[in-house]
Amino acid sequence: MRIVRTLARGAAMFACAGLCLAAWASGSAPAHAAEGEQKVWLRGAGATFPAPLYEKWSQVYGTANPLVSVTYDAVGSGEGINRFVTGSVDFGASDTRISDKEASQINRGVVMVPATAGMIVVAYNIIGIGGDLRLPRDVYVDIFSGKITLWSDPRIQAANPDLKLPKRNIVVVARQDSSGTTHAFTSHLAAIDPNWRQGSGPSVGKRIDWPGTAMLARGNEGVSARIKISDGAIGYVEYGFARRLGLPVASLQNKAGTFVHPVEMAGQAALAAAAARPTEQERFVISDPDGVDAYPIVTYSWLLLYGKYDNAALGARMVGFTGWGLAEGQRYAQELGYLPLPPAAVEQGNRVLASVRY
Amino acid sequence: MASNPFASAAPADAITRPPSSGEYLSDRVFRSLTLVAAAIIIALVVYILWEIGGQAMPAIRDHHLSFLTTSAWDVQSERFGILPQIWGTLYSSLLALVSAGFFGLTVAIFLTQDFLPPKLAMVFRTIIEMLAAIPSVVFGLWGIFVVIPAIRPLADWLHEYLGWIPLFGTSLSGPGLAPATIVLAIMILPTVAAISQDALNLVPYRTKEAAYGMGATRWEAILKVMVPTAAGGILSAMVLGFGRALGETMALAMLIGNSNQISLSLFSPASTLAALLASSFPEAGRIEVQALMYAALVLLFITLVVNVIGTFILNLTQRRISGKS
Repeated sequence: MRIVRTLARGAAMFACAGLCLAAWASGSAPAHAAEGEQKVWLRGAGATFPAPLYEKWSQVYGTANPLVSVTYDAVGSGEGINRFVTGSVDFGASDTRISDKEASQINRGVVMVPATAGMIVVAYNIIGIGGDLRLPRDVYVDIFSGKITLWSDPRIQAANPDLKLPKRNIVVVARQDSSGTTHAFTSHLAAIDPNWRQGSGPSVGKRIDWPGTAMLARGNEGVSARIKISDGAIGYVEYGFARRLGLPVASLQNKAGTFVHPVEMAGQAALAAAAARPTEQERFVISDPDGVDAYPIVTYSWLLLYGKYDNAALGARMVGFTGWGLAEGQRYAQELGYLPLPPAAVEQGNRVLASVRY
Repeated sequence: MASNPFASAAPADAITRPPSSGEYLSDRVFRSLTLVAAAIIIALVVYILWEIGGQAMPAIRDHHLSFLTTSAWDVQSERFGILPQIWGTLYSSLLALVSAGFFGLTVAIFLTQDFLPPKLAMVFRTIIEMLAAIPSVVFGLWGIFVVIPAIRPLADWLHEYLGWIPLFGTSLSGPGLAPATIVLAIMILPTVAAISQDALNLVPYRTKEAAYGMGATRWEAILKVMVPTAAGGILSAMVLGFGRALGETMALAMLIGNSNQISLSLFSPASTLAALLASSFPEAGRIEVQALMYAALVLLFITLVVNVIGTFILNLTQRRISGKS
């Protein structure tokens, strides 16, 4: 009996500590430095997709400008937007554009700056199978909607005659937290398959109720780690995360019908194809790009700035950092697995950045 | 203190004396202190229930009992159901209990029935209880990096040759019920073993001597006399171990795979109530928090019922053995 109580008490204390930590993490308000030549802290939170790039920026920019310190919490796009709306950060980050409803809740106004772009890859882990799996459009939709459940399914095997696929269950790994990566990925699936959005089909959003037997994990890093330890797993992550863990990634069939492996050229082709579209919405929200060489799933990632900063020093630094990211910062995109912004996007970014007042 | 009834009755030359007013005072202070402490604990439980129940109330009103019988967890359309989690919680705990029960009972028999010198048995007992001091997170990591690779060959073999049995119906990918259950069994083993040992120790030694006296072999004495006599205590050890398995969070959140499905297969990923709570709370919105509170209430209720049953059985048998039925 005594041991049970001891155990129960230990568990309760552990839970308390966890909750306190969570409360502390979500409630920590930014402490701004005073005016003048004092050090300025820029606090941001949001998407996990571009997190490695923003961390790199913060490190390089902080070394060059010792008076500025940028911190970034990779908490997922949904939570990033939440914190941005409630004003507990200086800037937010999201892989989706902020909705009109969310924007209307922010009195200070919102400025959305495209900061980087990247490919969402379909990474997998089948013990004994290397990196050249090819997935036709209708097949990967059906894998993620739970209709294809075995790797040895004739439709997968037909597209990969050279591979000897095992008779194992396919385990989809999806995002549990509210995520821009999920939004971009499900938008793409819905663009391929009209049933994805309709009726009892899964929906499009930052967080959806995944059909079938999907395992859920948090953040791009959580999903890639889960794929890494699970035989027969498949999931969607930003390219750099898969590359860092050495996960094999599938070649996907694009709109033109060719199988494209996620390489930088293919991603840039997709961005370039989208840049030719007429409206801003179509140029920046790319659900199914045209082009023979285009990799089919690319997304921009946005920095969310307020329209007006009350603290002038902070606002100036914020604009300075973002402008630096649009120019110098793009150099680091490639080595970390992101796509450097096309010139039109940089131009758009600088234009909206100029509208930030402080 | 003025009306001390013993003061007048005390003979002058006795070695005994009536309690002094200081002793009366300390007695009263101590008594009220314990009373307050006990009351605070009960009030705390009531307060927690009130708080969780209050926050869960909108969800209870919205979803009623369909919350317990549906399986969606869709934040966008605000449809919530925890049937897969209830299933996963009960299924994983039950499987863990079966294995921990078997090993716990054998360990308890081994340590109490004169197989070892008492001092050595004491050492063994302490070592087993030390398992309880290992943090849950460590168990979780150990499960991911040791248990999963270790059981993979066996799981693949079972799935390949016995795949027609629903228990082995899917292939083991990694995180799933089987590794979670194994780790969970190890985590509740100290509870089960310790209480089973207490139960076996409670049986008077003379009972065993009597069995020997009637010509029973050692195994007959243990399995047909000692264990049945201690059966109630052992059963309550199982129930309390089960209760602990129900609430285990961290290791399961890391190992069970967080998959919203109901499957008999030991190798498929699943989810439990505690894992759902741990993994969804940090950034849940208002509506989702209400649903999570409802889920917490359900877990609390299941655990309460199990623990009450366990304690009840334990009390019943202790009374029977000590002859005060």
